[in-house]
Amino acid sequence: MVQAARATVGEWQVATRARYGDLAARILFLTAGLSVFLVLGFILYVLVGNSLQFFRDVSILEFFGSTKWQTAGTVQISEGGDAGDFGVWPLIAGTMLVTVGAAVIGLPIGLATAIYLAEYAPSRVRSFLKPVLELLAGIPSIVFGFFALFVISPIVRDLTDEGSFLYYVFGQKSATIFSAMNAIIVVGVMVLPIITSLSEDAIRAVPKHLREASFGLGATKWETTKNVVVPSALSGIVASFVLGVARAIGESMAVAMAAGTQAAWTFNPIDSIQTMTGFIVQRTGGDTPQQGPVFTSLFAVGLTLFLMTLALNLLAQRFVKRYREVEGADT
Amino acid sequence: MSTTTGSSDGATAPGARRPPTAAIHSTEPLPLQPEEVAIHIQDLQFYYDQDAQALWDIDLECPRHRITALIGPSGCGKSTLLRCLNRMNELIDGTRYEGHIFLEGTDLYGTEVDPVALRRHVGMVFQKPNPFPKSVYENVAYGLRLHQKLTKKELDERVQWALEKAHLWDEVKDRLDDAATGLSGGQQQRLCIARALAVEPKVLLMDEPCSALDPVATQKIEDLMLELKKDVTIVIVTHSMSQAARVSDRTAFLYKGKLIEAGPTRQIFEAPREDLTEQYITGRFG
Ligand SMILES: Nc1ncnc2c1ncn2[C@@H]1O[C@H](COP(=O)(O)OP(=O)(O)OP(=O)(O)O)[C@@H](O)[C@H]1O
Ligand SMILES: [Mg+2]
Repeated sequence: MVQAARATVGEWQVATRARYGDLAARILFLTAGLSVFLVLGFILYVLVGNSLQFFRDVSILEFFGSTKWQTAGTVQISEGGDAGDFGVWPLIAGTMLVTVGAAVIGLPIGLATAIYLAEYAPSRVRSFLKPVLELLAGIPSIVFGFFALFVISPIVRDLTDEGSFLYYVFGQKSATIFSAMNAIIVVGVMVLPIITSLSEDAIRAVPKHLREASFGLGATKWETTKNVVVPSALSGIVASFVLGVARAIGESMAVAMAAGTQAAWTFNPIDSIQTMTGFIVQRTGGDTPQQGPVFTSLFAVGLTLFLMTLALNLLAQRFVKRYREVEGADT
Repeated sequence: MSTTTGSSDGATAPGARRPPTAAIHSTEPLPLQPEEVAIHIQDLQFYYDQDAQALWDIDLECPRHRITALIGPSGCGKSTLLRCLNRMNELIDGTRYEGHIFLEGTDLYGTEVDPVALRRHVGMVFQKPNPFPKSVYENVAYGLRLHQKLTKKELDERVQWALEKAHLWDEVKDRLDDAATGLSGGQQQRLCIARALAVEPKVLLMDEPCSALDPVATQKIEDLMLELKKDVTIVIVTHSMSQAARVSDRTAFLYKGKLIEAGPTRQIFEAPREDLTEQYITGRFG
């Protein structure tokens, strides 16, 4: 009896100590959580504040109503000249061109690779290829930039040489060193690891018993993959697409190096263009004076970019949620 | 638990320590005639790996439009044997077999047999209900869409037919477009049966189809099996002696990858020839 009583006291003390630990943990995680919000809030504050400043100098009608983007150079600014034209559409067009193009390349190849790795590749091939792909994800963006400039660009120029087939396809134009196409290809390659790796995880997570049910009904491997495995993994695949596209939209360094600095209202991938991120890279890196509309336009463009990716994420979340509701969660 | 369908003739069963015998369903003596055999397994050896033999020298005959139960302790190879019948084991790398399995006279492992085509004729129901994450309707239509070009109307009819066969139609006719995963476990399992029946298989393989279900759902499926055997040959793996007694016409007892004894269910339960069978049936095992 005595022993039992002592044991009870012991447990009780342990419980108290656990509660102190609990409190400490709670404070720790609360602080961590709060600091995230603080940092986020601060970034938004700077972004929105400077954007408002920008819209005091440049009307929002011009920003969203014009298709000419031509900001004044540093010399011109210091001489007090005109700040230039601030119609954001060329930058949005550039971003969309690169993003859509990269998605057109990256999504199908990424998904096909994921299907191959998950469903068809022998385990030896898979255990070799998957780490290689993940290595690809670790290559710094600037290295991809070199690659675009020194490897892809010459090829694109050769292929669009005057008189060649692609020369006519793209409206009788040859690419210069810089072109949207360079950026499209390099970003398409850059998003491959994300899409492949996440899609492959999603596909492999499809339970074996679902495949067996399909095989048991006389489906071939491909029919099973197409009708059961991929649909069951769809929410994960969509998530990988969203992350891939978000990466494409947000990619800056490689795009800035590959696409050029000519903001152009065009959808021809052979043209030299500038993306939103490309503009920000160009003007934050240089000696642009830290005031005036050219400087604050960086924040307005940044805010626009932020809103675009936010919208994309919300859209994707809604899609994934609705899909789960309709098809039933896959376990 | 053993009050269920079928004849109550088992009341006269001897041997009080064999509770299942009271419920033996089959009244047939079943000395098998060659022309009654639907599945004939001949000297089958099966290996998961070079040195991992799972089945030894299996010889077994399953009569047409009857239910054959495979019983035996866990790991004895029941599922393996069942999955040989629709060549499902081939999906696992490194598996190998020797011997023959004849289905209505055709050697399933013959060179001209396409395993994919074979599985249309030999349907399978699994231990855990595994409906596709699709609607109720699409689950049943799945096999039909694979193999046949049907009009919407024909497809509707076939789906309804299969669901009625599986005694599920009344419960789901108003929610055909709902997710199949929202059905109860028993309904899901009957959906899986409907899905298999939709393509009109000759044989239905069932691997412990009731082990995840409650007694009421179990009974529904047992009733269903007794009805289905009019049209299909059924092979069922079960861990429940009473279930084997309730539904099967013939029983085969496997032990450590070997077929110890097979025969009419009544004979296996009331007068097994082998000591091992006797011990297993009466629960005095190991
Ligand atoms: N995929 C596999 N690879 C290798 N060995 C396997 C595999 N599946 C089963 N086995 C082995 O084959 C033997 C028979 O297994 P099987 O699943 O057929 O037994 P079972 O009688 O169905 O058992 P249970 O009643 O537990 O389902 C076991 O020893 C098992 O370990
Ligand atoms: Mg088993």
